[in-house]
Amino acid sequence: MRSAKKAVQAVDSNRYRRSNRFGEIWRRFRKSKGALIGLILLLMIVVLLLCAELLIPYEAAIKQDVRSALAGPSAEHVFGCDTYGRDILARIVHGGRTSLSIALWATVCSCVVGSLLGAVAGYFGGIIDSVIMRALDLFMSVPDILFTMAVVFALSANFVNLLIALTISFFPNYVRLVRSQVLTLAEQDYVEAARAGGSNNARIICSHILPNAVGVIIINVTLNVARIIIYESTLGFLGLGMPAPHPEWGMMLSEAREVMRVAPHMIFFPAAAIVLCACSINLVGDGLRDALDPHLKS
Amino acid sequence: MSRNETDKTKETILEIKDLKVIYQTDAEVIEAVNHIDLNILRGRTLGLVGETGAGKTTTALSILRLLPEMTGKIRGGSIFFEGHNLLEVDENWMRALRGNAISMVFQDPMSSLNPVLTIGEQISEVIRLHEPDLPRREVEEKVDSTLNLVGIPASRKAEYPHQFSGGMKQRVVIAMAICCEPALLIADEPTTALDVTIQAQVLAMMSDLKHRLGTSMLMITHDLGIVAQTCDDVAVMYAGEIIEAGTVEDIFLNEQHHPYTTGLFQSIPDINKKSDRLKPIPGLMADPANLPKGCAFAPRCGQCREICTKEHPVLTAWGTHQLRCHLFASSEKEQERGAE
Amino acid sequence: MYKYILKRLLFLIPTILGVTFIIYAVMNITPGDPGRAILGANAMQADVDAYNHMLGYDLPFLQKFVNYVQDLFLKGDFGISYFTKQPVFAEIWPRYGFSVRLALMGALLSAVIGIPLGIYAAVKQYSLWDTVPSVISFLIAAIPGFVVGMLLLYIFALKLNWLPSYGASSLRHYIMPMLALAIPPAAQNMRFTKSSMLESIRQDYVRTARAKGAPERTVIWKHALKNAMLPVVTQMGLTLGALIAGAVVVEKLFSLPGIGSLIVDRIPFKDEPVIIGGTILLSVCFAVIMLVVDVIYAFIDPRIKAKYVKMKGK
Repeated sequence: MRSAKKAVQAVDSNRYRRSNRFGEIWRRFRKSKGALIGLILLLMIVVLLLCAELLIPYEAAIKQDVRSALAGPSAEHVFGCDTYGRDILARIVHGGRTSLSIALWATVCSCVVGSLLGAVAGYFGGIIDSVIMRALDLFMSVPDILFTMAVVFALSANFVNLLIALTISFFPNYVRLVRSQVLTLAEQDYVEAARAGGSNNARIICSHILPNAVGVIIINVTLNVARIIIYESTLGFLGLGMPAPHPEWGMMLSEAREVMRVAPHMIFFPAAAIVLCACSINLVGDGLRDALDPHLKS
Repeated sequence: MSRNETDKTKETILEIKDLKVIYQTDAEVIEAVNHIDLNILRGRTLGLVGETGAGKTTTALSILRLLPEMTGKIRGGSIFFEGHNLLEVDENWMRALRGNAISMVFQDPMSSLNPVLTIGEQISEVIRLHEPDLPRREVEEKVDSTLNLVGIPASRKAEYPHQFSGGMKQRVVIAMAICCEPALLIADEPTTALDVTIQAQVLAMMSDLKHRLGTSMLMITHDLGIVAQTCDDVAVMYAGEIIEAGTVEDIFLNEQHHPYTTGLFQSIPDINKKSDRLKPIPGLMADPANLPKGCAFAPRCGQCREICTKEHPVLTAWGTHQLRCHLFASSEKEQERGAE
Repeated sequence: MYKYILKRLLFLIPTILGVTFIIYAVMNITPGDPGRAILGANAMQADVDAYNHMLGYDLPFLQKFVNYVQDLFLKGDFGISYFTKQPVFAEIWPRYGFSVRLALMGALLSAVIGIPLGIYAAVKQYSLWDTVPSVISFLIAAIPGFVVGMLLLYIFALKLNWLPSYGASSLRHYIMPMLALAIPPAAQNMRFTKSSMLESIRQDYVRTARAKGAPERTVIWKHALKNAMLPVVTQMGLTLGALIAGAVVVEKLFSLPGIGSLIVDRIPFKDEPVIIGGTILLSVCFAVIMLVVDVIYAFIDPRIKAKYVKMKGK
C-alpha cells in the first residue's frame, strides 16, 4: 500500500518535471547571450534562405554576363560579380539553400543510421557489438575527407550522392556516442532500480535510457550541422561539390583563388557566409549543451 | 615545535571563534557555517558530528584555507593555531603549515590520490616540500618508515594507487598526512568509503598513531559509534551551527540533550535495549540557502514551541557541556551563558 | 610492454587489409572502363576489351581485389596511372614523404600553439588569458581550413608581399602552409586542453596536493597537468586525421607536391589507380600514427602500463 503510494508520487513528480523540462532548458538557454545571438542569426539565415526565390531568382545565380565579370560591389550587384559576371549575392543565397539542406539531411540521416546501429551494438552487446565496432574501427581508420572524396568520386557528384557520402562519413560518431550512452546509462542506478522494479527492457530503453541520451544526441546533431557545412564547402573547394553551374560556397571560393588579386570580394562574401552560418550554429549548439547538461559546463 | 611539552594537556592548540563561511554562486548564497566556536586541546581528539551538509567539511577546509576559490568565502571570525590567526597570515605561511603542522585525511581515498604518480612519490613529496634540505636517502628512509607505520610494506612504494585496495589507499593517504608529524590531524570521514571491517582497522591504526605521535585530531564523522570509539570531546553540528558540545562523557552519559542529538542517538540501534523500532529524525535538514529565522532545527523538532520559530537560541553551559536550545535556556536562565 | 606493442603491430595487418578493401570497394561501386580511359575515346571497342582482359579488369570484383592486394603487398605494385601511363608507385612515393612531413609538422605546431594556451586559459579561467583565446578558437572552429589558408595568402602574399604564394623551394615557402595547416587543429587543441585541464583541476587529488602544502605551481604543473594530458594525447591522435585532410586542402591551395594535391588533381581525369593508391597510402600512414599514439598513451598512463607489465611477468 505504502509503496504503491510512493510510486504514484514518483510518477507524478516525474510528469511534473517533464512538463517543466523544456521551460527549464529554455530558461537556461536564454541566460547565455551568445546562444541567443546565435539563435536569432540562425533564424534570420533560415528565413532568408527559405524566401530566397522571392528575393533573387535562381536565374540570377547562373546567368553569365561578360561585361560585369569580376565587378566589385555596386548598387546593382550588392556583393559584386564573379569571373563569369554572375551575381555573387544570388550565388551565395542559392548556394546556401543547397548547402544547408544537404547539411541538414546528412545530419538527420547519419544520426538515424548511427543511433540505430549504436543502440543495437550497445543493447545486444556480444558478437553483434564486436562486429559493428570492428567494422567501425576500419571505417574510422580512413581519414574522413579522403573517404568522402572517394565516395563522391566513385558515385559522381550530385545532391543525393553528396548526401550519401556525408552520411557515410559522419555516422560513425553517432554509433560510438549512442553505444557508450546506452552502455553507461544501462549501468546507472536508476536503470538498475527500474529493472528491479520489474520494468521490461523496452520500457527501460524508452522511458529511462532514451530521454537521458537525447540531450547528448541533440548537442551533437547541432554541432554536426556546422561541421558538415564546413566539410561540404571543403569538398566544393576540391572540385567535388555540386556539379558546375550550380552555385556552391566552396566552389565559389575555389574560383576566387585564381583571381584573388583583382577581386578580393569574391573571397570575402562566400567566406563570410560560411563563417556566419557555422558560427551561429555553433553558438546555438554550445548554448544547448550548457542548457541541457549543466555539469558539462566548464 | 612545542610537541614535547605533553604536560600542558589543557593547552588549546586550535581555537575557532565566531567562524562564518558562505558559498556564493550566481543563483544563491549558501550559509554553510554560521558563527561557530570550537576548541581543540593538545593531544586530544575532537569529534565533529552531524549529517551530510551540516558544514563539517566546510569547517575543516576553512582551517586549511582550502575552500573552493571561486565560491567559498570566509565572512568573519578567527581561527587561532599555535597563537596565529590563520585567517590573517599570508599564503606562504599557510603553505608551510599545510601537510606539516596541520594535515588532512580526505573522505574518499579512491579519488584523493593522484593516479599517475607512485605512492612513494606522493608521500615523499610532502617531506621534500617541508624539509627541502633533507638528503634524498633520508627522505626515502622516512617514506619507508611512515609506510611501515601505517602497515604497508615499504617494498610497495613504487606502485600506483590503482594497485591498492580502498583500505590500503586510505592508509597511503594517512601516511601522507602523518609523515611530517603534524600537531593537528584533520580526518574528514576517513572511513565512510571503506568496508566495516576495514573501518575498524583504519580507526584502530589512527588511534594508535595519535597516541604515538601525540597529535591532536579533528575527527569529522556522522557515525556516533566512531565518536565513542576515538574521541575525547564532541561537537554536534546542525545547519552550520554547533548545537551541542562537550566531552564524550557529557554527550554519551548526561541526561540533557539537544533534541537533535537525542534524535541522532535514537536513529542508531542499541543492542542492549529491546526497542521495537528505530526512530529516525523526521524531515530533511534545513536548506542552508534559506535558513529559518529561529532555531534551525525547529521544523523537525518534536518539542518545538512558539519561541523556537521566532528567536535564535543562545548557548547554555554546565561545566564542559554546552547546549543551544530554548528548552534548556529558559529553565536555566541563571546559568552562565556560553561564549557569544 | 613489448607484448602490447607487438599485439598492436599485429593488429595493424587486418586494419590495413580492411582499409584497402573498403577503399577498393568504394571505388568500384560504379563499374569503370579502364581500357577506355587509358586508350582514349577513339580506340576500337575490340582493342579496349582486349586491353581490359589483358590487365584483368574484366574479372569479378573479389578476384580483382585479391589480385590488387597481391600486387600491392607482394610487389609494391599499385598499378598503372590511366593519365600518365606511369607506374602509380613511382608517382606517389616521392610525394608521400612530403605529405607525411607536412602533416606531422602541422601536428607539432598545433600542439605547441594549442596546448600551452589551453593550459593557461584553464589556470587563469575567466581572465583575459582565457576569454580572448577562447573566443578566437571559437571563431576558428567555424572557418574551413582552406579559408584560413586563403586569408593568409591574401594578407601575407598579396597585400604585404612578405611570403611566396606557392611552391616549396625554400623554407619561407613553408611558413604559410604550415600555419594554414596548424591553426584549425591548434584551436581545437586549445579548447580540448582547456576543458581537460579544468576537469583535472577540480579533482580531489588536486585538493590533496594543496593540502600537502604544495605551491600552486607544483599543483598545476605536476598534479593537474599530467592527468589532463592523457585525454589530450588521444585527442591529438584524432586531430591527425583532420591534419591529413587539412594537408590535402593545403597542398592544393599552395600548389605543394604532396599526395593530397596529386589525388585532387587527378580527380577530373578519373585516374582511379592513383586515387586508390594515394588514399590507401595515406590511410595506412594514419593507422600507423594512431598506433604510435596508443603506445605513447600506454607509456604515460600507469594504469594501462601496469596491466601489460604484469602480463609480461606471468
